[in-house]
Amino acid sequence: MAELITYREAVARALAQEMERDDTVYLIGEDVAAAGGVFKTTPGLLERFGERRVRDTPISEEAIIGAVMGAAMNGLRPVAEIMFSDFLATCWDLVANQIAKTRYMTDGQVALPLVIRTANGGGVRFGAQHSQSLENWAMSVPGLKVVAPSTPRDVIALMAASVRDPDPVIFFEHKGLFASRGEVPDGELVGRLGEASVVRSGSDATILALAAMVPKALQAAHELSARGIEATVVDLRCLVPLDTRTILSTVAETGRVFTVEENPRLCGWGAEVVSIIAEEAFYDLDSPVVRITTDHIPLPASDILEDATIPSVARIVDTVIRSLD
Amino acid sequence: MNVAVGAGPDVDTRLRVYRMMLEARRFEEFAHQLFLEGLVKGTSHLGIGQEAVAAGFAAAMRADDLTFCTYRGHNHTLLRGAPPGRLMSELLGRSEGVCGGKGGSMHLTWAPTGAMGSYAIVGAHLPIAVGSAWAAVERGTGQVAVCFFGDGATNIGAFHEALNLAVVWDLPVVFVCENNLYMEYTPIGSVTAVERPAADRAAAYGLEGLLVDGNDPDAMYETASDVIARARAGGGPSLVEAVTYRHGGHSRADPGTYRPDEEVRQWLARDPIPMYRARLAGAGASEERLEEVDQSVEAWIEAAVEEAKAAPEPTVDSIATEVWADGGSRWRN
Ligand SMILES: Cc1ncc(C[n+]2csc(CCOP(=O)(O)OP(=O)(O)O)c2C)c(N)n1
Ligand SMILES: [Mg+2]
Repeated sequence: MAELITYREAVARALAQEMERDDTVYLIGEDVAAAGGVFKTTPGLLERFGERRVRDTPISEEAIIGAVMGAAMNGLRPVAEIMFSDFLATCWDLVANQIAKTRYMTDGQVALPLVIRTANGGGVRFGAQHSQSLENWAMSVPGLKVVAPSTPRDVIALMAASVRDPDPVIFFEHKGLFASRGEVPDGELVGRLGEASVVRSGSDATILALAAMVPKALQAAHELSARGIEATVVDLRCLVPLDTRTILSTVAETGRVFTVEENPRLCGWGAEVVSIIAEEAFYDLDSPVVRITTDHIPLPASDILEDATIPSVARIVDTVIRSLD
Repeated sequence: MNVAVGAGPDVDTRLRVYRMMLEARRFEEFAHQLFLEGLVKGTSHLGIGQEAVAAGFAAAMRADDLTFCTYRGHNHTLLRGAPPGRLMSELLGRSEGVCGGKGGSMHLTWAPTGAMGSYAIVGAHLPIAVGSAWAAVERGTGQVAVCFFGDGATNIGAFHEALNLAVVWDLPVVFVCENNLYMEYTPIGSVTAVERPAADRAAAYGLEGLLVDGNDPDAMYETASDVIARARAGGGPSLVEAVTYRHGGHSRADPGTYRPDEEVRQWLARDPIPMYRARLAGAGASEERLEEVDQSVEAWIEAAVEEAKAAPEPTVDSIATEVWADGGSRWRN
């Protein structure tokens, strides 16, 4: 049996699955308990698991992240919510200097099994401080695992994998996908970090995408198909660990690569992926790799401007057609 | 100072505290010496002069309590049970160092006995200590977290976020400000809105402002015993301001010349170790017993230094270990 649920419902289902299984899993954050989250990703958890395990915090991002770090050192497997990923900037010391480096600096004495969930990405007209795609911030820091699912099924499977992972995981939930629906099977669902998913196969081009860019890449592939171009679409799902094997094997099959990245241009995840392709699969390429990204600008709020900024289906289609000409 | 000292702890406890202070002092004097010999590299921040805070608290803590301290944390890490030879080896960057040479002076950690890390970004460890205390409550372990930080940390946001959350969640955490009057080179008084950087802020979090003579080991021990017992009994967090002084500069790059001569002279005259030794001699500890402690600490530090000097250099194959829990550093397949 399968059920159609939303991406936002999948978040609560995933957390419930893990909290049910393991009573050391706790959830804290601003408005996560009584209110069920400002994006309504955590409703029902307070009622089900009680006020000790699902707890509202003050607006203190450093305290929230410090608290889960200290708790993870002392026997819990806590999950913290940072309401918008943009707010990670206020607690980046705790994330990048403390959490990411502690196992290494202590030579393995201190393990930090924790998850930081955060609403990421644009398309919702919130402007430059509530819309960023910041996966590359986390990706650039050794010691952090980075997950960004695109479907309800992956939200559950990868959240479960993240909670069970012995290392710190930054889990990016895409705001633009919260209302999207997808099928999830009954029963426990547990995925693996570091496995990309080939969501469509075609022999003419490979389109690499993440999170909200995956449905756009799929739609673009559909339109390209109508024009005689068959594209493979890979949902990376996880940036660290990175499934380079899947990426390189699809490159070998198609010889043409496009990345679709919501982040601003410089140092987006695609830059790293493309450099790996250039080093390791150069002779598989039939044409230059092309990155389709947001311009290197802060995101504007107006719907007209924002839509023209983030990669669109039309831009993906046009870029692929022009490159293949 | 507003914390009254009663008759003081018993002689055995006092001798233990005296020994701890002396161990910390000798450890750091040798760390400095080994730096002059070119064996300790990088930087280090000595707590020489501040030992009464570390010893008073360490002596009052339970074996499974948790300590969080700063880059000025050789003394805390040592006195919470880190093996001295391996601690010194870490300063020398050796493979048998407590952190395999990956941490260095500013990141000394010995988790097996609850020395949960030395933190080098000012203020970061206050919320981390809060989190460990939160886990202690949820797991019912009865542990107390004790978090040491400098006066300078009272002006960073994490201090305020941590205190507020600790009070709101009523957690067993003790915040200990080691007010040594200076940040790096700037006097704390010149950049702080209140006279007592920690104690005067306590009221904002519904806490009592506890101001203690940080050079008086008995006062530190008794204060520590009180606030730790209160935390363990479910009485919530405390904030202690221990007023003390570092004998040297901020780090070893700093001769500390910005401090008035007279101020330095006065504080050197209040060196907690000879003061305490004299107090103990007048309070029932025989010169023989004190002498025994002095000599045994000498043997102890010599053994630690020998061990560190003889410890092997790290091999480069350790560079890429322990990034992840699988022991390695792979980020791709
Ligand atoms: C966030 C941050 N800002 C600045 C520094 C540089 N720094 C290191 S120690 C220090 C002084 C801290 O003074 P205090 O908290 O009084 O501690 P003390 O060194 O006196 O023990 C400064 C400014 C830092 N490590 N972290
Ligand atoms: Mg200071």
